[in-house]
Amino acid sequence: MFSGLMMNTWIAATVVAVIAGVVGFFAVLRGSTFAAHAIPNGAFAGAAGADLLGLNALVGLAVFSLAGALGIAALSRRSRHDVATALTFVMMLGVGALFVGWSTEYAAEAYSLLFGEVFGVGTDQVLPIVALGIVAIAAIIVMFRPLMLSSAMPEVAEARGVSGPRMELGFLLVMALATSMTVPVVGALLMFSLMIGPAATARAVTARPMLAMSLSVAIALVTAWIGIVVSYRTNWPLGFFVGVIGAGFFLLGRGWAGVRRWLVVRAAVPA
Amino acid sequence: MAELLQVEGAGVRLGGRQILRDVSFGISPGEFTGLIGPNGAGKTTLLRVILGLQPVTSGSVLIDGSPRSARDASIGYVPQKLVIEPDMPLRVRDVVSLGVDGHKFGIRLPSRARRELVSDMLTAVGAQRYANARVGELSGGEQQRVMIAHALISRPRLLLLDEPLANLDISSEQGIVSLLARLARAERIAVLLSAHDMNPLLSVMDRIVYVAGGRVAVGSTDEVVQPQVLSRLYGQPVDVIRVRGRILVVAEGDTDLAAKAADIGVAG
Amino acid sequence: MIVSHLLRYVFEPGFFGSGEVQVAFAVGTVIAVTSAVVGVFTVTRGQSFAGHSLGDISTTGGSGAFLLGVSQFWGYLVLGAAAAAFMELIGVQRRRGRDVATGVVLGAGTGLAALFLYLDTQSSSTTGVSFTILFGSLFAVTGSTAPALIASALLALGTVLVLARVLMLTSLSPDIAAARGVPVRAVGVAYLMALAVSVALSSMIIGAILSTALLIGPAATALRVARGPVRTMAVAAGIGVAAIWIGILLAYDSYYWPPAGRGWPVSFFVVTLTVGGYLISYLRPGPRDDRSRAAEPESPAEEEQVCSPA
Repeated sequence: MFSGLMMNTWIAATVVAVIAGVVGFFAVLRGSTFAAHAIPNGAFAGAAGADLLGLNALVGLAVFSLAGALGIAALSRRSRHDVATALTFVMMLGVGALFVGWSTEYAAEAYSLLFGEVFGVGTDQVLPIVALGIVAIAAIIVMFRPLMLSSAMPEVAEARGVSGPRMELGFLLVMALATSMTVPVVGALLMFSLMIGPAATARAVTARPMLAMSLSVAIALVTAWIGIVVSYRTNWPLGFFVGVIGAGFFLLGRGWAGVRRWLVVRAAVPA
Repeated sequence: MAELLQVEGAGVRLGGRQILRDVSFGISPGEFTGLIGPNGAGKTTLLRVILGLQPVTSGSVLIDGSPRSARDASIGYVPQKLVIEPDMPLRVRDVVSLGVDGHKFGIRLPSRARRELVSDMLTAVGAQRYANARVGELSGGEQQRVMIAHALISRPRLLLLDEPLANLDISSEQGIVSLLARLARAERIAVLLSAHDMNPLLSVMDRIVYVAGGRVAVGSTDEVVQPQVLSRLYGQPVDVIRVRGRILVVAEGDTDLAAKAADIGVAG
Repeated sequence: MIVSHLLRYVFEPGFFGSGEVQVAFAVGTVIAVTSAVVGVFTVTRGQSFAGHSLGDISTTGGSGAFLLGVSQFWGYLVLGAAAAAFMELIGVQRRRGRDVATGVVLGAGTGLAALFLYLDTQSSSTTGVSFTILFGSLFAVTGSTAPALIASALLALGTVLVLARVLMLTSLSPDIAAARGVPVRAVGVAYLMALAVSVALSSMIIGAILSTALLIGPAATALRVARGPVRTMAVAAGIGVAAIWIGILLAYDSYYWPPAGRGWPVSFFVVTLTVGGYLISYLRPGPRDDRSRAAEPESPAEEEQVCSPA
């Protein structure tokens, strides 16, 4: 399982999990869970469609995820955030449906974009993935302080000159970038689970941001690694295991938080 | 005479903390009572207890001599600041109409009788002018009037208001207080209104229930707002300062006296 | 003369004579009305994500049923209802907590979808299944299943209408509602179930994409342009029905359009119409245009305080 080709899988999955953990942490913090679903899935629709028409699927992926980020940001100015996301999302899917309707064939490439082909990652793909991963992390590091402030205390951020809409756009663009690079590897279905499950678990367990973010990355890594091992053995899709393990961790995290709360109340009772 | 509301030895314990302890007072029909106390003293908890939203851990709360049942329409409630989305589709007249039967399931066909009832109520509170505005687009004072209309349209005998004057400018404050006093007298509705500043209410309150340190002192303003009484409640030395018709209560450890004074409208 | 010429251009001969088209119109209309009315509450309660997710998860239920050889109808409904129950169970009262719970359930559901689709490709050679399920096909509804579908949709619609006043009172103030004896949590669950059924049906009939589009688009548009609950629901229903009628019409007309000579999909037209309609409503100022932060109901700071342990 640790042969040459599988090394690529491990490397690629690790990088993706780190990205997902970080971006997911902010997505959960900012209440952009829906966007974390909409951008990868909408981008997939566009990429699949583009591919079926003979255009480069990866370019389709990048264009659609970018369009998604811009659309959500633009509509969010005058609409509820979740409505903006929903409408942008269905528009992307509608256009994707149009492309699919135009094409006359079914291509395996589109299928792989849905599920990813992490087990077939070529050595030539690993380098771009790592490079893009570094770029995404670098972007987050640069934006980190204003993004944290704007996410946790928007009024204070505005008072300090950090524009809410601009941070929103910046964050969505990072998500678009992360999507473009991770979807070919782990697939659209999986990227969302990796972003949300671990981050949600981390937030249920602690409110301290740095700890939560680290925990989010750690859980994403563990989830991805366990998923790879089990998926390798059973041949069942990685996405299935990630989704189920993610949900499992979340329930554990909530259970832990509940137990801790109960212990605190019990300790305080004799008063 | 049976009290409309009788609270007897009520205590509330939440999350390991004793929020309220041994609270006893009664309200007679038509009485205007101020529930006064510093922020965090337990005023909201006490109101929730009366409404049945918070169970008491000791003591009792009786409405007309018996414990409150869920469908009891005799208490109207105006909560503290409501969070209303700007795009909520309810107009002012819809909100007031909900005061009649918003708690019932089923479909009701529009009727002229209902329209007139709502219109009359809106006129009574002075909100007729913006009857068709979306409720999320109103100012604080306007929203307060609408929620009062909502609470009163079902003809309650007791009206509870949680900090209705917070976040209002002086003229809106005075408008709401005189509106409440007028309606209460006209319809013989008892009012229990919580506030952290008693000054706007001095002229209309029949009695005061002062909450501090989880306990209450009940009586007229002159009886209750005295240094000895309040010091016992707060559990620390308290001064009562009367300046230009205003009352300022200062507890030890109140560092920003100037801000407090400014807060109640006494300059300098 | 010109009008009939125009009509003949727009309505291909035999359009309304086709039985397939008639069924599509009838079912589509009922679904559009139900989705629009349910959607008004979904949008105002901030549950757009849940509404979308239930569509995806129901669709997964359909794939599962297909694999097991069971009726797809029940697959959609059962998994949709189960997901709604889970969301409610692990969800938190605050809005953001709810979205995260929705996300986790969706992640699990998505994982299941991956599994079902994989198993499907293992068992048969039809790889076109995934696309049909994602994109849906209105014309796949047959005349025999239509009555059951319409009845179920009307049931969901009826439930929401009966709950309407209580839902509005609860949105206004859960405390006032509770003080008046409303079982707030139970009402929320009942509404979520009605949403799940409505979305399951629409996903089944018109696909997951259109399910979301018709749930959110017309309602969001109506909330911008209409006032008063009855008027808003009526406007939303009108927009939804118009979108699906014109969408079906255009899909039919597009049969000979380039590039493929097979027609453009209905979903594309209906989505474009609903999103387009919403964007057109931007021309007039609406209630949320003054985006002062004070209008945001819950700042993340509150969420922090509330969610921090102990």
